[in-house]
Amino acid sequence: MQQTAPAKLPTYYDEVERKGYSRRDFMKFVTMMAAFMGLEKSAIGQIAQALQNKPRVPVIWLHFQECTCCSESFIRSSHPLVADILLDQISLDYTETLMAASGHQAEEAMHNTMTKYKGEYILCVEGSVPTGADGVYCMIGGKTSMQILEEAAEGAKAVIAWGSCACNGCVQSAKPNPTSATPIHKLLKGKPLIKVPGCPPIGEVMAGVIVHLVTFGTIPELDGIGRPKAFYSKRVHDSCYRRPYYDAGLFVNSFDDENARKGYCLYKVGCKGPSTYNACGITKWNGGTSFPIQSGHGCFGCSEANFWDNGRIYERAAAFPGFGIEADADTVGKVALGVTGAAIAAHAVMTNIRKNKLIKNITVQGQESEKELDT
Amino acid sequence: MSKRIVVDPVTRIEGHLRIEAEIENGKITDAYSSGTMVRLLEEILKGRDPRDAWAFVGRVCGVCTSVHSLTSVRAVEDALDIVIPPDAELVRNIMFCAQYMHDHVVHFYHLHAMDWVDVVNALKADPKKTSEIAQSISNWPKSSPGYFSDLQKRIGKFVESGQLGIFSNGYWGHPAYKLPAEINLIGLAHYLEALEWQKEIVKIHAVFGGKNPHPNYLVGGMACSISKDDISGINAERLSLVHQLLKQGKEFIEQVYIPDLMAIAGFYKDWASIGGGLGNYMVYGDLPTNGYRDVSSYKIPPGVILNKDISKIHEVDLRKDDEVQEFINHSWYEYKGGDKVGLHPWKGESKVKYSGPKPPFEFLDTTQKYSYLKTPRWKGQAMEVGPLARLLVAYGRGNKEVKEIVDKALTDLQVPVTALFSTLGRTAARGLESILAARWGLEFYDSLIANIKNGDTRMANTDKFEPDTWPAKAVGVGHSEAPRGALAHWINIEDRKIANYQLVVPTTWNASPRDGNGKMSAYEAALMDTPVADEKQPLEIIRTIHSFDPCLACAVHLYDEQGKHISRIAVVGD
Repeated sequence: MQQTAPAKLPTYYDEVERKGYSRRDFMKFVTMMAAFMGLEKSAIGQIAQALQNKPRVPVIWLHFQECTCCSESFIRSSHPLVADILLDQISLDYTETLMAASGHQAEEAMHNTMTKYKGEYILCVEGSVPTGADGVYCMIGGKTSMQILEEAAEGAKAVIAWGSCACNGCVQSAKPNPTSATPIHKLLKGKPLIKVPGCPPIGEVMAGVIVHLVTFGTIPELDGIGRPKAFYSKRVHDSCYRRPYYDAGLFVNSFDDENARKGYCLYKVGCKGPSTYNACGITKWNGGTSFPIQSGHGCFGCSEANFWDNGRIYERAAAFPGFGIEADADTVGKVALGVTGAAIAAHAVMTNIRKNKLIKNITVQGQESEKELDT
Repeated sequence: MSKRIVVDPVTRIEGHLRIEAEIENGKITDAYSSGTMVRLLEEILKGRDPRDAWAFVGRVCGVCTSVHSLTSVRAVEDALDIVIPPDAELVRNIMFCAQYMHDHVVHFYHLHAMDWVDVVNALKADPKKTSEIAQSISNWPKSSPGYFSDLQKRIGKFVESGQLGIFSNGYWGHPAYKLPAEINLIGLAHYLEALEWQKEIVKIHAVFGGKNPHPNYLVGGMACSISKDDISGINAERLSLVHQLLKQGKEFIEQVYIPDLMAIAGFYKDWASIGGGLGNYMVYGDLPTNGYRDVSSYKIPPGVILNKDISKIHEVDLRKDDEVQEFINHSWYEYKGGDKVGLHPWKGESKVKYSGPKPPFEFLDTTQKYSYLKTPRWKGQAMEVGPLARLLVAYGRGNKEVKEIVDKALTDLQVPVTALFSTLGRTAARGLESILAARWGLEFYDSLIANIKNGDTRMANTDKFEPDTWPAKAVGVGHSEAPRGALAHWINIEDRKIANYQLVVPTTWNASPRDGNGKMSAYEAALMDTPVADEKQPLEIIRTIHSFDPCLACAVHLYDEQGKHISRIAVVGD
């Protein structure tokens, strides 16, 4: 992955000058721009000045087979606020959810950015790409999502795959995957790619990834399958405040029973926290208000590949092949979750991270309570 | 000679919508609405655990998040005869109200406002005058000249940068924008404030459902146990948070959203006679106060209005074979019985078959099939669903609370009741409904507290949670009023698995293609005769379309029985 600082983005004026145009040509362009934006003549000087200054990082945000939960989660970010991101940090030049323009004007805005900032813009993708039936299951502006992705990715500096749809296909790729919904890493090659899985990802995590890119000019450190380590290196199980109950062998047996009211561990009613890597237990959701386990429902692993097909939601994870004891939680990752070779390598990395002394102790306790549970 | 224009993508909506319209002498003479994305979730649901369905169908939409999950657990509970505890009903109702408050505010400011508010023109406003106007229409504290002046400087700097971001290529300066610069500035200020506010109200979903978007639901009730004496459940601290959020939400709606809506509407009264469309309205009803099956206990009453006649409300029965039916004359599907039949959702089938032009293409052939949406009809009639339908049915039934709110708005705007049948009426109805949702949310909260005080802390009925307690076969229907309108899921359970699952959703009613008789659905009908000042800038088209609050991912959702015609093309990588 690219870790070096990027070259300074050329300003409009730099570009105009490089192309051999005169100052006079530049001012003509500015006047035209002002007219185009419906501004007063007095604004021309200000525009000219701005065009000679450094631009915000341009972002194109595409929407394919998705439900827009990622965009919705993004606008829930409490730090930084999304208004600040939009006004101060990035230039979100194309997003079907928020942009003012529709139709041709929307497409034109995207093409302007693709041309003007070739090699400099960040491409965000929300949604999977259906490759079945030559791509006709998702069309925008008369083009298939596949065609649009290829065009937009070509000049992108880096690509962010938002959410489980773009990272692993999510619900539409669950068996039998009738539209051949495909995650974008299978369609793009040769571009730095950041995967931010989850259905949706936590808003602050999404904002965090953007801020990292903008502030440091680099891609955050990624694990073996391309997820930012900062947010995806811990299992929900290892950061869960109910973990002591697991270690003590105290479980909820059915919803709203006495043990549920005491906040015991949800493992027996299907919690997939032991096989899920995400920041829910620490960052939590909606400005730290809660997360699924805190509100009494097990984690169902929405940030893991193929989570819709990894057993039923209320099925105890022990029923998965290979998941006998706690020490084998990573084996679950390999066997039950059906992950790829790259993913196995990533799990190995995670295993090393986990194997510090503290977590090892927890693991031993976990093994013991798991044995008690099985007897 | 008419000219065909295309708006694709229609932005500031959920999902992928395409509009093609014929324009002659500055008016729309014909219109076609097409959904251009499909995921086939119903095929994916077959064979799965009915208790898991809420999570799958919840992912139909992340904007009106939670409504499909709610509808799904209701369908399963209906099929299995499960009655949920009163506290669970109240928690679901509180989440429902929070959803309306969130969704309606976000729609108004972030998805719809830029159709009425000229953002760039706001830079010309006089901050002092802006402050005077703001203070004359509301008690909202953020209204000083300094506040507006600082904001104006910030936006000015943003525009000066030349990178207009989400405002790029907007229709700024278009003659159809009518607001004074000061109102534009107020609108822009509240666009940003609402962006900050909306992340708060959804914390109610996080308290009860663990997260938002996509909070968790549970067949039989809710998973969030009440435990007054434990940190881990719904205790006094959690309830206080919910109470505070509901109160703050109500304040924002009453002091920001409604005054803005009324101020803006005052300048666009011409839109009270544009975009009316069908004149048929349908509501399934919602917010039960005595159990899902006691329809008479609903806060939002069900019913159908035909031809704008609000003096007669017809009853709806979702279980009857000949009421709700779906047709595919202009939809990219095949029925075993051919294109002429309409199917009730319990017998629904939908084999997808794309027969449109090969992309990239310029125009659809709208004489043939032209959308991934099916065409639902009620007793053969096209229906509009949504906030306007809900207010009209309640108004027609003489609901006092609704009548009072609607009549006040009509008096304030000095328009007759017929003004409701319009683009502006739709947009206003959404706002008025938010006032009700904010009030009701607090009422439900009080009831929940009273129940807990009385010692009833049950949150889930798990008597029939285990599949071995279920009958061999069962059918159910779950219905709700999603923010965008009447929503229902029909489920067939066989051998403890989902045998068939069908959804007929609000945007399918509104955005579907025309039927076999050439009769238009709501979007197409509403676009007829709409004036278009500049055919290169389709501002008027998106105004009317946005007044429905489109949600296309919801609208397209079918299954493919064979799945065989779908070829898998080679992909790079692993």
